[in-house]
Amino acid sequence: MAASSDRNPPPFPTAEESEPGLCDMADADSDDGEDIFVSNSNLVSVSRGVSQPDRVTEEPSDLFSEEEEEEAASSTAAKANGVHSDDDNDLFADASVELSTDKSGSSARKEPSGPRHASSFTPSPAAMQPTSLEQLEEEEAKDSFDVDVAVTNPEKVGDGMNAYVAYKVSTRTSLPMFRSKVFSVRRRFSDFLGLYEKLSVKQSLHGCIIPLPPEKSVVGMTKVKVGMDDPSSVEFVERRRAALERYLQRVVSHPSLLQDPDVREFLEREDLPRAVNTQALSGAGFLKMINKASDAVNKMTIKMNESDTWFEDKFQEVENEEQQLRKLHVVVDSLVNHRKELCGNTAVFAKSLAMLGNSEDNTALSRALSQLAEVEDKMEQLHQEQAASDFFIFAELLGDYIRLLGAVRGCFDQRMRAWQRWQEAQSTLQKKREAEAKLLWANKPDKLQQAKEEITEWEARVTQYERDFDRIGMTVRKEVLRFEKEKAKDFKSQIIKYLEAMLQSQQRLIKFWEAFLPEAKAIA
Amino acid sequence: MMEEVKEAASVLSVHDDSIKVTEVLKDGDTLTFIIVSQKLSGTGEYHVDRTYEDFEWLQQHLFSQEDVPGIQGVIFPPLPAKPQVNASSRSIKQLGFLALGECQPYCKALETFLQQVAAHSILSKNKAVEVFLTSSDPPGRQKVKKNIFNRLSQAVEEMRKEGHKDVDEFFQNERDHNLVLTGCTKTAAEKFLDVVATEQKIAVACGHFSTALHLCVEPGEDPDKQAFSRVCVKLSEVFESIKKNMTSVAENNVNTLGLGLDLESRYQEAEREMLFRRTCKLVELENARRNTEKAKPVKKAAMEEVKKAAETEFEHISGVAKQEIERFQGARVEMLQQALVSWCEKQLLTAKESADQFNQHLEVFRGMA
Repeated sequence: MAASSDRNPPPFPTAEESEPGLCDMADADSDDGEDIFVSNSNLVSVSRGVSQPDRVTEEPSDLFSEEEEEEAASSTAAKANGVHSDDDNDLFADASVELSTDKSGSSARKEPSGPRHASSFTPSPAAMQPTSLEQLEEEEAKDSFDVDVAVTNPEKVGDGMNAYVAYKVSTRTSLPMFRSKVFSVRRRFSDFLGLYEKLSVKQSLHGCIIPLPPEKSVVGMTKVKVGMDDPSSVEFVERRRAALERYLQRVVSHPSLLQDPDVREFLEREDLPRAVNTQALSGAGFLKMINKASDAVNKMTIKMNESDTWFEDKFQEVENEEQQLRKLHVVVDSLVNHRKELCGNTAVFAKSLAMLGNSEDNTALSRALSQLAEVEDKMEQLHQEQAASDFFIFAELLGDYIRLLGAVRGCFDQRMRAWQRWQEAQSTLQKKREAEAKLLWANKPDKLQQAKEEITEWEARVTQYERDFDRIGMTVRKEVLRFEKEKAKDFKSQIIKYLEAMLQSQQRLIKFWEAFLPEAKAIA
Repeated sequence: MMEEVKEAASVLSVHDDSIKVTEVLKDGDTLTFIIVSQKLSGTGEYHVDRTYEDFEWLQQHLFSQEDVPGIQGVIFPPLPAKPQVNASSRSIKQLGFLALGECQPYCKALETFLQQVAAHSILSKNKAVEVFLTSSDPPGRQKVKKNIFNRLSQAVEEMRKEGHKDVDEFFQNERDHNLVLTGCTKTAAEKFLDVVATEQKIAVACGHFSTALHLCVEPGEDPDKQAFSRVCVKLSEVFESIKKNMTSVAENNVNTLGLGLDLESRYQEAEREMLFRRTCKLVELENARRNTEKAKPVKKAAMEEVKKAAETEFEHISGVAKQEIERFQGARVEMLQQALVSWCEKQLLTAKESADQFNQHLEVFRGMA
């Protein structure tokens, strides 16, 4: 499963954007009309309307730098390495000069096996920062998966209640099945839902764990339609943008889904016909849909005798895990709320300190208090970011997985339905045979012919359905194993991101205190 | 039992800065504080146990020294409000920072009170102080005779007095300034308390998250399941660390700046009360002067007497008050500085420790297969 966006989660919109490490929200394209992947010094800070030239210590802000790990599992990845064409070299030829000055972790990302790209590497090793060397080693150990997607630049289109938000979906790939290497399209939310709708009904994908897009939100969208400027709208849009990105990343990192023409069309086609079936995927949400299907399965009269307990056991595990993640999600939500509260309280305290400093006669004390008020303001900023970190990293991660586990349950149900269809076909076949026997006895040759034809037809069906059932069973097994692998990796990489953010916070905090200490000492 | 304490002057036989409230014992609803102080002469300590009522006894004695000239000009070290074992929410609110923690902030506040009393040039001479700190028997619990400090609540007429214009610019400035500062300090202390309360909530939530993660650990040899379980266990440890960090941050806040703001706030109140007493005296004096002028010759001599007495008292009070104010202004700046410095140092240390821990956790995760 793909990691979610690797840039630092943006602060909640009430923050003043004074720190260089913060991301802007849906701001103007800093593309300036250039393709976002090939821009001069922006190879690292590939923008989503964001450029972060000042950040020194953190992970590279390249859109795609941390996604290979998730995509390594793909079988096409093994072939992908051989598919790197010279075009790739050209892609980075411009950037090769820049490598020595950039935080070049991102450039390491794309060229995991050395020799082919030696030319673009020569200036860089010495200039690389330690983290990117690490990444380089990591990437050499894995296969790189040559499709990266990003969802950026949300823009409001239209006015009033018919307005909607269009997102830029950018793809970078070296796979030949795509028309070009780097391209982007504009898509709206219902397009994403439409993609899911198309994928979820495909017979060929039965048994696959199809990632879920974010849920519809009438309330959220209404606010956005009215105006995109207020903090809660900005937050809503950003949350949705990030969720759509994670959704697409998971889709393209799934080997079977990537091969699907609908996915390709979604990524490539300029004008996508509007999805109209999304009315069904309304605010009730996907899980409700899956649960309804689940109930239907449970109500069916024919119960399955599992020869293999693997499926039963796994299903139970999945259900348990879903419950546990839900509990975790509740706790994280409360944590996020407390952090937001801390922001508010810190801001109020800062103000009260400023007032105290102003009323204070003693100049040294007054100055120290005013300084302290500023420190507290900065700390409010910090708390904002921590809250955002908690939220965007953990809350969303847990939310994603709760829904994914629902999708996993859905796969099991699909297998169950396949079994039932097979059983029903067998039962129909049996009836047809009985009917034939009756006809034989009654000696009606013309009807007999028809009966024989039907029997043949149903025999074929039985065979087909049995094959389908076996196939789905195998798919489900494979999918579940892949899912578990990806889950562990996904969590691990998100936690690392979180720890890095926390570490950074603490270091900034240390700086604040170190700066304030002499002021405090200078009072008397 | 020393029921009656003569208001004779005495010299305190302990080092004022050695006074410590070392522990508090809980017996049902009663809290007993152990107070230790070092003898001035030679080695040795005094150990006494006192309840809150004993502190009040001491305070009453200090208030009722009517024969000490200008006593009303003294800014009395403020005694913290009464603690309760099963505190009502109102009393918790009243105590503010002092209600937090096990008892340390409160004990510290009591300790500060005693140190300030013992260090005060006028107050330390009161025999009650010596008795309180050194007598192994509990001091008397009898309520001392009524004194002018018993009712400082602001009745409507008294509120008018508070606004009464001063004859001395120094004092008028001080009164105006005190009014503003009292409000600001109180607000700052309250808002800081809110910050601390939220920090504690975050610590609790982190603890919950840490515990809940353990539920995700699953048995079994499946390597991928094991990988995920390991992740959960390690993450649980991370949040345990975060919880500890938050708890330390909150504690540091309470024990340094919190206490400092609390003390400053109560001290500003104490100054306000002193200034009010002086203002009341001023009003009394002005009334006496008017009465003298208006008095019929029969009463005039008596009125003169009253007026003279009021004048003398007022002079004494103003004299003491001026000294007290100057001392107070110096002391509070020093006290706040100490609070700010030690707050900063503690938070810096905590932040560094926390950064180290995050680093370690990061190493662990990066090293995980």
